[in-house]
Amino acid sequence: MADKSIALNRFGLGARPAEDPGADPRAWLDQQLGRYAAVPAMLAGQPASGTLVAQFVDYRERLAQLKKAAAPAAAAPPAAMPARPAGAMAPMVAQPPVVQAADDPTETFRKQFGQQSRELYNGAVTARALAAIQSPAPFAERLAHFWANHFAVSGDKMEVTNLAGAFEFEAIRPHVMGSFRDMLFAVERHPAMLLFLDQAVSVGPNSPLAVRAGNRPNVRRNLGLNENLAREILELHTLGVRTGYSQADVTEFARALTGWTIAGFGRGPAAKFVGGTGRPGDFVYADALHEPGTRTILGKSWAQTGEAQAAAVLDHLATHPATARHVATKLARHFAGDDPPPKLVARLEANFRKTGGDLPSLYRTLIASPECWAPGTVKFKSPWEWSISAMRAVGTQQLQPNAVPGLMYQLGQPVWKPGSPAGWDDVTGAWAGPDAVLRRVEAAERMAQRTRDQIDPRARAAEMFPEALSPATAQAIARAESNSQGVALLLVAPEFLRR
Amino acid sequence: MMLHRRQLLAAGATALMLSPLGARMAFAAAPTERRFVFIIQRGAADGLGIVAPVGDPAFAGARGDLAADFASAPKLDGMFALHPAMANLAGLYRAQQALFVHAVASPYRDRSHFDGQNVLETGGVSAYQLKDGWMNRLLRLLPEGDKGLALAASVPMALRGTVEVASYAPSSLPDASDDLLARVSAMYAGDKQLNPLWQEAMATRMLTGDLGGDGGKKAADTGTLAAKLLSAPGGARVAMIETGGWDTHSGQRGRLGNQLKGLDAMVAALKAGLGPHWDNTLVVVATEFGRTVKANGTGGTDHGTGSVAMLLGGAVQGGRVQADWPGLGDAALYEGRDLKPTTALDVLIASAVSRHFALAPVRTAKALFPAMTTAAGMEGLVRG
Repeated sequence: MADKSIALNRFGLGARPAEDPGADPRAWLDQQLGRYAAVPAMLAGQPASGTLVAQFVDYRERLAQLKKAAAPAAAAPPAAMPARPAGAMAPMVAQPPVVQAADDPTETFRKQFGQQSRELYNGAVTARALAAIQSPAPFAERLAHFWANHFAVSGDKMEVTNLAGAFEFEAIRPHVMGSFRDMLFAVERHPAMLLFLDQAVSVGPNSPLAVRAGNRPNVRRNLGLNENLAREILELHTLGVRTGYSQADVTEFARALTGWTIAGFGRGPAAKFVGGTGRPGDFVYADALHEPGTRTILGKSWAQTGEAQAAAVLDHLATHPATARHVATKLARHFAGDDPPPKLVARLEANFRKTGGDLPSLYRTLIASPECWAPGTVKFKSPWEWSISAMRAVGTQQLQPNAVPGLMYQLGQPVWKPGSPAGWDDVTGAWAGPDAVLRRVEAAERMAQRTRDQIDPRARAAEMFPEALSPATAQAIARAESNSQGVALLLVAPEFLRR
Repeated sequence: MMLHRRQLLAAGATALMLSPLGARMAFAAAPTERRFVFIIQRGAADGLGIVAPVGDPAFAGARGDLAADFASAPKLDGMFALHPAMANLAGLYRAQQALFVHAVASPYRDRSHFDGQNVLETGGVSAYQLKDGWMNRLLRLLPEGDKGLALAASVPMALRGTVEVASYAPSSLPDASDDLLARVSAMYAGDKQLNPLWQEAMATRMLTGDLGGDGGKKAADTGTLAAKLLSAPGGARVAMIETGGWDTHSGQRGRLGNQLKGLDAMVAALKAGLGPHWDNTLVVVATEFGRTVKANGTGGTDHGTGSVAMLLGGAVQGGRVQADWPGLGDAALYEGRDLKPTTALDVLIASAVSRHFALAPVRTAKALFPAMTTAAGMEGLVRG
C-alpha cells in the first residue's frame, strides 16, 4: 500500500520534512484544493504587469531620446511596433559586441535596464520556487505549474521577459480553482500573451486604421494581420492540433481577434488609435484595428461586432468537445503516464463536458481514478519537478536570487523560457537523456553538500517514499560515506527522478 | 547478409555502449571515416530570406522590405543570391562545398511547428505515425563503431530509437566527484532505463575530457564542440545540432540576419575543428517548413510550406543551387500563399546520406523514410 508515496510524489511535489498525508491520502489531496492560495505570501510583493509594461515603455522612449541626442543630425527611421533592438531575440548568437565607448550614455542606460530585467526575472522565479517549496498544498501548486505550461509564454522574447512571471501570477494562479473558460479569457487578454504571440500588433487589412493609411507604403508596411495567436489558441490552448480546423479557420479567427491589444504599447502609426484608453499594459479593444464584417469559423457564422466577436468564438472554444478531450488528455498524461489510459481520458473528458470545464471537478476526478494510483512510478520528472522536490527534501528555507534561475538553466528548463508556445514536453523522452541525468547528479551533490551532514538520509528516504523505497536505493544510501553523500544519492535515486 | 552485431561482440568495455535493444544490422562492411551532421532549424526558417530568388520577377514585390538585404548579397547564379550574413557559406559555395536545394519540403503540408518537426525528425508522412527517428534508423545501417550524438541536453526525436545515442551539452555545474559517480552507477545497475543512459553519460564524459565551462553558449562554440566529438578516435560519426529562433513572425530582417550569422559561425567552427575530416563530412541543414512568400503586416512572415535545404562539407558536390523553380507569381504559389515544394526533402536526404555512407540507395530510403513515394533518387549530391 504505497498510496502515501504516490500522493506525496506523483500528485504532490515531494515530501517536506515531517510531511505526512495521514491515513487517507485521497482526502489529503482533496483538502489541498481548498487550501490553495492564489497569492501566497512569497508572491505578494511581485510587480503587476501594468507596472512592468509602463517601465518597458518608459525605457524604450528614453532610449530613443538618448539615441536622438547622440545623433542629432540623423533622422530616426520609422520603427515597427513594438520596437525590438536587433538581435535581442536571436538565441543563436550573443549580443553584438558593443562598439561605443564605455561611458556612452545610451549603452549605460541599456545595460542598466538589462540588469534590472535580470533582477526582476530572478526575483519572480525565486518567488515561484519558494511558493512551491514551502506550500502546504503541493498538489495545487503542481496544477498551477501545469496550467502555466499549457498556456505557455516564453520570456526569450524581449517584451515578454519581464512579464512572464506576472502572467502566471495574474492570469493563471487566480483561476486554478475556477473554470477553464475564465482562465482562457484571462490568458488571451493578458499583455504577456498578446505580445508574445504578436496579437497586440495585428491589424485588420480593412480596419479603419488600414483604410486611413490608404496606399502610403511607409505606413501600410507595418499594418497587417498576424495569425500567430489565433493559430495557437486553436492548436495549443483549446481544440488541439489536427482536430479539424483549417487554415481558413485560423485566418478568419485572426481577423475576428483584430483589435484585441494592449494600452500604452503602440508606437508609430497606430499609437494614437490605441493606448489612450487605459493604463499601460491593460487589455484594450481598439476598434480602429478591427477587421469589420461577419466571420466564418469552424463552420459557423459569427456576426458579432467589435470585441464581442472574438469573445464569442473563445466562449465557443472554451467548452468545445475537442477542448474537453485535449485538456483531458494532457491532465491524464501528467498524472497517469506518457501514454494516458484511454479510460481515464474518457472519464476526464466526460467530466469536463458535464461541468463546462470546472477545474476542481477535474482534479477530483483525477484523485478518484485508479489509473492515477498505479503502483511504481509512471512519469520521469522534468527538471523543474526534480529541483522543487529536491529542495523540499532538504528543507530549503531561503534561496540566493540567482540560485533557481541558474539551476534551471543548467538542467535545461529555464523557467518561463520554453522557447515555444507549446511549452515544455510532458513525456519521458524530453528529459531522460544521459547528459540530463549527469547534470542532476552534479546538482544533487552540490545541494547535498550544503546540508552539512545535518540530514539523516535513511530517515528522510523512508519519509519521502513510505512503503515505496527500493532495496537498491536503501542500500546505496545506507552505504554512503557521509550523510551528505547519502542525501545526494537520495536525490538522484531512481524513485526520486520519477514519480 | 544481415548479422546481429551483438552476437559478434565479445563482452567487455565496448559492450557497455550497447543498448539492450540495440540490435544493429550491419549493411555496410567496415567502419567509416565519413561524418554526417544534421543541423535542424526549429521554427520554420524562411528559405526565401536565406537563398533569395532575386531573379524571379515577383520576388521584390512580394518581399517588400525583406528583399532589401539582398541588394549587396553575393549572387550564386543568375537566379539566386545568398544572404550577406553568411560570408563563410559563400566561401564554401565558391569552393564547391556548398549545395543549396530550393523549394524543398518534407511530406508534411500543414503549418504546425510541432507536427512539422515531428515529421521532419521521424521521417514519417504524418505526425506521430513513427515512434523513432530517421537518424536512429540510419545508425542501424552503419557499422557498430559509428556512434550517434546529439549536441543537446537530451536526445531529440530524430535520434531517438532502439540504438542508444549519447547527448552532450556543455555544463557549468561543477563536476560530480568520482566516488559519487561510481555509487550512482551501482545504484542504477538494475534500472532498465537509467542504466544505459548512465553508461552513455559516463562514456561521453570520458571522451570530452576537460570540456565544460561556458563553451557552447554561442553557436561557434557548439560547432567547435561538435567537431571535437566527431573527430575523437572512437567518437561519433553521426551528430545532430539543434538550433532555434527561426520563427520570424515579426522584425524578421534583424532577427534572421542574426540567426544566419550564428549558423554561419557554427559551420565555420565545425569546419575548422574537423580539420582534415572536413573532406569526409556531409552537413545537412533543414527546417520543418518554410514561410509565406509575402511579408506579413509586422515585418515578418507567417508559417508556409517550401523552404531551402543546405548540403555543406568537403564531401558535397557543391557550388550550385539545385531547384525545379516553381516561381513566385500568385498563380504558382501553394495554396495561394507559400513557395510550392518541387523537391522532396526526404528524397534529398536519403540520396545524399546513402551515397555518403556507400549504402544501397533503395534499402536506405526504405529504412529512413518508409513511406517515401518517389522511387527515383537524386544524383550528384555527394562525392562517392
